[in-house]
Amino acid sequence: MKNARVGLLLALSLMITAPAFAAPDQDQIEKGHKVYDKWCFPCHGTGLGKPGTDSLAARGQKPAVLEERTDLTVPAIKTFVRHGVLFMPMFRKTEVSDADLDAIAAYLTRNNKP
Amino acid sequence: MRVPPGVSASDFAEAIKQFQEAVGKEWVFTSAEDVALYRDAYSPLMGEPNELVASAAVAPDGVEQVQKVVKIANRYKIPIYPVSTGKNLGYGGSAPVLSGSVVLDLKRMNRILEVNERNAYALVEPGVSYFDLYRYIQEKGLKLWVDVPDPGWGSPIGNSLDRGGGYLMPQYRNHFDSHCGMEVVLANGEVMRTGMGALPAAQTWQEYKSGFGPWIDGMFSQSNFGVVTKMGFWLMPEPDAYLSGTVIVPRHDDLIPLVNTLNYLENTRVTNGMPDLASPLLGIPMLSEFAARFDQGATPFDRPQDAELTALIAKAGGNMSPELDDYAQKKGIGYWSCKLSFYGATKANAANWAYAKEKFSAIPGVKFEEGDVYKLPLTAEQREKVHKPQFGIPSLAMFSIGARSAMNPEPSTGHMWFSPIIPRTGEAIFEANRVFAQAAKELGLPFLNFNLPSTYWERAFIFIFAFPVVKDIETNKKNVASFRKLIQVAADHGWGEYRTAPVFQDAIMNTYSFNNHALLHFHETVKDAIDPNGILSAGRYGIWPKHVREAKS
Amino acid sequence: MRLPPGVSSADFADAIKQFQDAVGKEWVFTSDEDVDLYRDSYSPFWHEDEEPIPSAAVAPDGVEQVQAVVKIANKYKIPLWTISTGKNLGYGGSAPLLGSSVVLDLKRMDRILEVNDKNHYALVEPGVSYFDLYRYIQDNNLKVWIDPADPGWGSLIGNAVDRGGGRTPMRDHFDAHCGMEVVLPNGEVMRTGMGALPGSKTWQQYRYGFGPYVNGMFSQSNLGIVTKMGFWLFPEPEAYLTGTVSVPKRDDLGPLVAGLAYLMNSSIVLGTTSVASPLNFLRGDAELAALRAKPGGPSTQELEHYLQEKNMGYWSIELPFYGPAKVVAAQWEYAKEKFSGIEGATFKEGTLHRFPVDPKELPQFQNSVAVGIPSLSVFGVGGTRSEGHVWFSPIVPMTGEAVLEAQQVFADAYKEMGMSIGPLFFLGPASNYPRCFLVLFGFPIEHDVEKNKKNRENFKRLIKVAAEHGWGEYRTHTAFMETVMDTYSFNNHALRRFHETVKDALDPNGILSPGKCGIWPKSMRKASA
Repeated sequence: MKNARVGLLLALSLMITAPAFAAPDQDQIEKGHKVYDKWCFPCHGTGLGKPGTDSLAARGQKPAVLEERTDLTVPAIKTFVRHGVLFMPMFRKTEVSDADLDAIAAYLTRNNKP
Repeated sequence: MRVPPGVSASDFAEAIKQFQEAVGKEWVFTSAEDVALYRDAYSPLMGEPNELVASAAVAPDGVEQVQKVVKIANRYKIPIYPVSTGKNLGYGGSAPVLSGSVVLDLKRMNRILEVNERNAYALVEPGVSYFDLYRYIQEKGLKLWVDVPDPGWGSPIGNSLDRGGGYLMPQYRNHFDSHCGMEVVLANGEVMRTGMGALPAAQTWQEYKSGFGPWIDGMFSQSNFGVVTKMGFWLMPEPDAYLSGTVIVPRHDDLIPLVNTLNYLENTRVTNGMPDLASPLLGIPMLSEFAARFDQGATPFDRPQDAELTALIAKAGGNMSPELDDYAQKKGIGYWSCKLSFYGATKANAANWAYAKEKFSAIPGVKFEEGDVYKLPLTAEQREKVHKPQFGIPSLAMFSIGARSAMNPEPSTGHMWFSPIIPRTGEAIFEANRVFAQAAKELGLPFLNFNLPSTYWERAFIFIFAFPVVKDIETNKKNVASFRKLIQVAADHGWGEYRTAPVFQDAIMNTYSFNNHALLHFHETVKDAIDPNGILSAGRYGIWPKHVREAKS
Repeated sequence: MRLPPGVSSADFADAIKQFQDAVGKEWVFTSDEDVDLYRDSYSPFWHEDEEPIPSAAVAPDGVEQVQAVVKIANKYKIPLWTISTGKNLGYGGSAPLLGSSVVLDLKRMDRILEVNDKNHYALVEPGVSYFDLYRYIQDNNLKVWIDPADPGWGSLIGNAVDRGGGRTPMRDHFDAHCGMEVVLPNGEVMRTGMGALPGSKTWQQYRYGFGPYVNGMFSQSNLGIVTKMGFWLFPEPEAYLTGTVSVPKRDDLGPLVAGLAYLMNSSIVLGTTSVASPLNFLRGDAELAALRAKPGGPSTQELEHYLQEKNMGYWSIELPFYGPAKVVAAQWEYAKEKFSGIEGATFKEGTLHRFPVDPKELPQFQNSVAVGIPSLSVFGVGGTRSEGHVWFSPIVPMTGEAVLEAQQVFADAYKEMGMSIGPLFFLGPASNYPRCFLVLFGFPIEHDVEKNKKNRENFKRLIKVAAEHGWGEYRTHTAFMETVMDTYSFNNHALRRFHETVKDALDPNGILSPGKCGIWPKSMRKASA
């Protein structure tokens, strides 16, 4: 039930904010979730042995898990994926296509406040 | 647009057009922005004029497309550089050895063609990653384990061809050794299958390695003789159970009998997992503890805090010191330890461990710690706790090395591995430490303390350590120069590297010089015969095509 | 004196003189009497003109002498046929494939250069036999085993480069090698793996070295002469135990073999085992003969019933276990548990042997090769029926279905060829290689030209039948190498054409073992098929 309510709230917020920015649709978010699980989760997910999460935590980033963030911007996500940072390498378009990257960005900004 | 060396701009433009026709326009990358994605993220030459970079990238989606690309490259004599997943960071990533080469990116060829549970093998394409194969096996509920290297996003084909290693039973953790059957696109664009695959109706391509006549698969490892487009791998059946136990010995010199006994036990298959050496006294952690310690907010390399001990370690400087022995005895801290892993039936594991303890008991003062006992498969909770690669689970935890942490506020931007092979004896570990500590001192390297070797290979040690790659060009330059020195120091002592990043491939191949470089000349003769235009991976592992060799000399 | 093809008698005489200068007069054999000793005792061409007899033999005593011989051969374009101990009877012995080649006999190079029982390896020359190395280890009281091929007089190097197999945990002989020294066709010496690093400390510990791993190119090939080779040895284990699993029904073969594959792939069974059926050795039994004589042959149920009455399983496998006494017992117990899923499976435990083995126990071993002791007992297979044999040796998948299919296919093929599978002996399917079954058919060789001719035709027919079913030979007698290589034809013989390109580049004069495994130098190559 709880999830249904969250979903409804999300849908409402999307409707309300729709005029303000191009709202990613639910399919795009779901696709982004899948791509994220494949390409980002092994380093940025929850649980032990996640160097990306550990590194962000060590920098004092809260929350350290990317999926829990609400402050990531689409350009920032794209910059990190295409340029890398510290020991994180950049990703080629045969790995994460531009379309995949749009989906990841949609997923990671899904909870952002407008 | 950058143009490959020796190719005219008009020829290159024509070739690009033909590449586009072969693989589709969207899979030929030529914009600076797209081509930059093929840079080696951990390049020690990053930002320097001599950084190894591509001119373009082409990503075919099947063997016929690979053939077409190779034929076009021959027509215009364009150097092409195949990568599988291009993720062997620390060994070169997706950047070519010869700047201006066109990267042949095989990532889109990511089909898992067969996984056979009964005979425990898989047949895959080069773009398949360990994560992909693992997920496939999980989804189908097959009782098979994949032997994974540290970076789970690597390609079983790419890693195997680079002769990488993993963590399960010896016959699986040597990744080239565990392959069975190849399909290769040759430099002339023809497709060839090796082993039993040469038999058109073959039923045992993934069951018998060498077929009939010369067994040539090894020629395609660490080489530039062909583009491997399919490869079979032997997988490990999921064992019934896992058991670990740790052997702890008190004195410095006990490392010698510790290793000798370990060799006996491994070579008779009493212990069949990857042995994990550590030093409780010197604060050198086990590999399997590495990620876990990092998660706990400690760097895996933290040193003991006791001032007396710190001083004693500094004084010993990697050498034998009776005072350190005394300290270890006094405090009851083990000098060395080795965790043994056992895969198999519950009772056999227990009996093997009991026998191992009996054998190690010949070392006076030896102690044993019982480790983990798992009935397999692991529960979800256990999975979180364990060192994943030892259970065939891919991960990226090893990238914690050099990463930012509470203990390491100055994170690096990457690393390069220095990885000489040394004999599997305690004496060799001591000698290597003496030699490299001395060299590090002379070179002013701050990061090389006592090191314990990795045990990926069943009959030799890899004395592996990481050089950091940082943002500062001058520091990187100095590290590259030091790396080159160490290659020579190692060679002078009869130790050669098993693998290296493109920047150092010439230097290392040069040390394998028996009888006036007979082996390299042999490779060159073969290279010229099977790739007369020298289009494939020029310079890879020190093998250059004729026209480049002639231009150089 | 015979002359090698395309070589003038003056040139040959010069070459012989130079060979004599290189290795010593007494080690160049040219008289018919001496050269005849290099004929294949098991030649399928016995008494025929086609029999490939060498023109001479040269026996160097060291790598420099090998180099000298190779350089002379290049000068006069004389084909050399290299042998180590020349004792792989059934696969060609010491005779060349191309008649009138000069045999390069490496038997005198029989030095055991190192045996290390801490890191468990040996470095040897090609003339060293399993018997030699075994004796050396015994004399020096070293705690390591060798893995002998069935014929103990074979060469470790020769058998490994022919990719032969044994029975202990180190039984894949090519796979168990580590490091080579090779004299190339141009006469240069090359070392592979870590041996390329001068002063290397790990030549016998890490096999790949740096860059392309080329060792496999020198197996079943004619690209170089291997003059030294390292081998990994198995440290003497505490104990050895065998246990036999028998299953009652024909269809039980599937789960039986699946269980075996699991145990082998899990390193629980570490040695060679083979699938056996009492129906093979009960051929003389009158009751079985009567069943077989029935029109249409016996039904599966009748055979199963017949065996049940005799208290025998339809199939059995004997599992070898190596390790500590308590471990081998635990492994056998686990194996029994695994196979108990097959209804009616029965188990019989063998004797537990501890090492070093008491010499009094030796006769208890049906084949001591399984515990690292070389023998010649395999030559019992031909018995008194023939003057030798050649092996037909296809690789089939390690599944029950494949074994049943192969049995049917080969029985039918024999029938069609007007032969009965009866008088021919059949070994296996055996797990000399870890992931597949090797099936061995011994073809008798007789001193009867007509019979041999027919046998050769039948042999070639079987090669084709096997290939049609996706089964290729892992090795073959020189007489059939070309036919076998012809079956490995994927993409218009891409693999052979690759070998030819490499051969021409490395051996432009085509002097090394022309025709070996179907690889001919350019000058002798027939127009592409």
